[in-house]
Amino acid sequence: MADPVGPQSEQVDHSRRRLLTAATVAGGAVGIAFAAVPFIASWEPSARAKALGAPVSVDASKLEEGQMLKVVYRGQPVFIVRRGKAVLDQLGNHNDLLADPNSMDSEQPVYIKDSGPARARNPEYWVGYAVCTHLGCSPLGAFEPANATQISGINLGNDWPGGFYCPCHGSKYDISGRVFKSMPAPKNLPVPSYTFAGDAHIVIGEDENPKSG
Amino acid sequence: MAGASGSAQPSKGLLGWIDERFPLTTLWKSQVAEYYAPKNFNFWYYFGSLALLVLVNQLLTGIWLTMNYKPSSAEAFASVEYIMRDVDWGWLIRYMHSTGASAFFIVVYLHMFRALLYGSHRKPRELLWIFGCLIFLVLMAEAFMGYVLPWGNMSFWGAQVITSLFGSIPVIGGALLEWIRGDFVIADATLNRFFALHVAALPLALLLLVAVHLTALHETGSNNPDGIEIHDHEDEQGRPLDGIPFHPYYTVKDLVGVMGFLIIFFGIIFFAPSFGGLFLEPANFEPANPMQTPPHIAPVWYFTPFYAMLRAVPSFMGTQVWGVLVMGAAILVLFFLPWLDRSPVRSIRYRGPIYKIMLAIFVVSFVILAVCGMKPPAGIYPMLARVCTVLYFAFFLLMPWYTRIDPVKPVPQRVTG
Amino acid sequence: MMTSNRLTLAAAAAAIGWLMTFVPARAQEEGGVPLKASHADIKDLQSLQRGARNFMNYCSGCHSMQYLRYNRMAADLKIPEKDMPANLMFTSEKPFDTIVSAMPADAAGWFGKQPPDLSLMARARGVDYIYSFLKGFYVDNTRPWGVNNIYLPNVAMPHVLASLQGLQKPVFKNEPDANGNPHMVLSGVELMSPGALSPEEYDRFVRDLANFLDYAGEPVKAKRETLGVFITLFLLAGFALVWMLKKEYWKDVH
Repeated sequence: MADPVGPQSEQVDHSRRRLLTAATVAGGAVGIAFAAVPFIASWEPSARAKALGAPVSVDASKLEEGQMLKVVYRGQPVFIVRRGKAVLDQLGNHNDLLADPNSMDSEQPVYIKDSGPARARNPEYWVGYAVCTHLGCSPLGAFEPANATQISGINLGNDWPGGFYCPCHGSKYDISGRVFKSMPAPKNLPVPSYTFAGDAHIVIGEDENPKSG
Repeated sequence: MAGASGSAQPSKGLLGWIDERFPLTTLWKSQVAEYYAPKNFNFWYYFGSLALLVLVNQLLTGIWLTMNYKPSSAEAFASVEYIMRDVDWGWLIRYMHSTGASAFFIVVYLHMFRALLYGSHRKPRELLWIFGCLIFLVLMAEAFMGYVLPWGNMSFWGAQVITSLFGSIPVIGGALLEWIRGDFVIADATLNRFFALHVAALPLALLLLVAVHLTALHETGSNNPDGIEIHDHEDEQGRPLDGIPFHPYYTVKDLVGVMGFLIIFFGIIFFAPSFGGLFLEPANFEPANPMQTPPHIAPVWYFTPFYAMLRAVPSFMGTQVWGVLVMGAAILVLFFLPWLDRSPVRSIRYRGPIYKIMLAIFVVSFVILAVCGMKPPAGIYPMLARVCTVLYFAFFLLMPWYTRIDPVKPVPQRVTG
Repeated sequence: MMTSNRLTLAAAAAAIGWLMTFVPARAQEEGGVPLKASHADIKDLQSLQRGARNFMNYCSGCHSMQYLRYNRMAADLKIPEKDMPANLMFTSEKPFDTIVSAMPADAAGWFGKQPPDLSLMARARGVDYIYSFLKGFYVDNTRPWGVNNIYLPNVAMPHVLASLQGLQKPVFKNEPDANGNPHMVLSGVELMSPGALSPEEYDRFVRDLANFLDYAGEPVKAKRETLGVFITLFLLAGFALVWMLKKEYWKDVH
């Protein structure tokens, strides 16, 4: 009895089969790639996440020199410190204390790195994440230069230029968030993108001037 | 028995390494490449592989929905709208899931109809049929619970009505109802447990049943439109003369079925996902409101035939439980089909006119029941539902008699295509 | 014989097809008065923009749209974000907020019913219903706000758009009731005194508003249909390909 399957007298067109099979496999791969898009893309932050993570507007006009504001941006605390001229003038004088005075190795927008020791768009206000680069604790403000005992129980040293002190493991940063040498923390405090929409009106999370109106 | 294996040359390389530790090549050969299926499968034979496709769709899209859905009565409705609007491509995943649910029932009903046409429920495939009926049962429970999850007004009231059926059972009904709901009415407790069952327990049961269903199928081999056993005629190597290896012939043919199905499936998703209110009911776009019943409660279309039967049976001796029993019997009677069918032949091709007429009446009354179930119980619909319920049961209960007296035609030895 | 099987199947299919025409389309059977067709076109961006403005100005005082964000609306309706605050954002400052109303949560005391959120009203009742509803108010001195509605008897909502539409009066028709006795049945409404807009202008106002609500019910609808065309073409091409593949391999089978 004849075998119902398999070539008989006609030749099997193997090249046609290969072509059609290859085309089907290729088409199938494209189809699967298309089909994968919604599943993978749905993991992106949703409109609600983006809304909750939207830029934060801060009015720093009431801040006095040596005072600090803390706000939350995308779930993390951000410092805003108002710095006086005396402090700003001294910023270049203690590079020997710092591990990375030129911020070569820290996380920050380009315009912050390019702004030198001030590490800010407007030197009068320093903006940075209140997250110690060691293990993530929130550093304390200790902005008075030369005051070694402004944080009770801690001696910051007589050459203290003013800055931040992390209570968890003792990391020290200057008032531009630059970490001191030989600290548990490896890097300078990170800085988010931000811009000014007015003299003392800071928008954290935006690089360009926000649309007015 | 499945096809005999050819020459058993051990594979080399990675495949050889695997084969020494896991029967990969053996399984591939015995279940796919050298598994012989009848060569005369027609249109009705697409629906098994399509059912598997829809199952995979439901699992994948279901898991993805679970990533953003919140199973609490306070947040569920809003979380579905969150998926529809705020989650990138969430709307597509949701529509694939909701359309897939209806597609599952269309495919499964057609798949079951094939059995009625060609006698796929007959010996030695009775257990295959029974596993299929169990899958149908679990599928209905899965779909019912899934519909409650969006917590729309129809979700709530549909759940309220269907769970109250259990309350109609004499003596234990009230306590049973409270136990099922976990509260005095459909509430957050009910939603949470339905979520757990819908997402975890029933899919596992379904997967297990499908695996067992396919195992039973491979044990006996498939039936075919002529209803004859292809293994009755084998060549010297034990290969059925009217059989062809599943791969590549049915892999390639099922691909055509899949593509045709996908055109319709995605056509619905992209152009009419609510399908005129049949797949996504308008009342469900309002949040669950225990104070306000929708003007017109009806289950989703795939349950309406059984719902119509439930409503068709009047109250008697002070209880509504008879309707519940009739509805249950309508599903239970399916399990007995292999023993109700006494025809000497399997396929409708060789049966007489009586079976053909009875089957046609069965299909038409099932569809009429579906329509009745969607309508309010007024006008001609209650009477129509009663008549069609009787016809539905007549198909099964009279079967032992009419299949025996139905004249049959001679059955061929070999398949006719 | 196969022919008789096919005939049976064809007959069954025809019967099923005929029966499916009984499947309900919309809740037109209840309530008696037929809905008016809105002819709203969800692809008409200008109409949607006007509808958004109409909604914000006349509806958002009481009705929220809690599932629609301003920035989503701006993007879909192609309204520049800078124009949003002055023209369309009255209760929120931030574009990513959802549209909330100024109505307090216990306003049910004032109206008898909390003004419902309208995000999904078009999906729940249909765009034609909303269109008809807004055209269906008539003067009724027995009601607290002095109006009633032929599509929602004893409606709790005042006729917010009365200054635009004018006032309507009910029209009755003589119809036999269940016992065959003639009685007056509400069959429509008629303009009694004009408002600020002509009937055609009001019609367009309401159509735009209903259109906007239809958009708000499913913002992705227009994009979904466009995408659907590409997907269908892709799948049709795929179908042709696998058909040829199947035919080629099945040459082996006799």
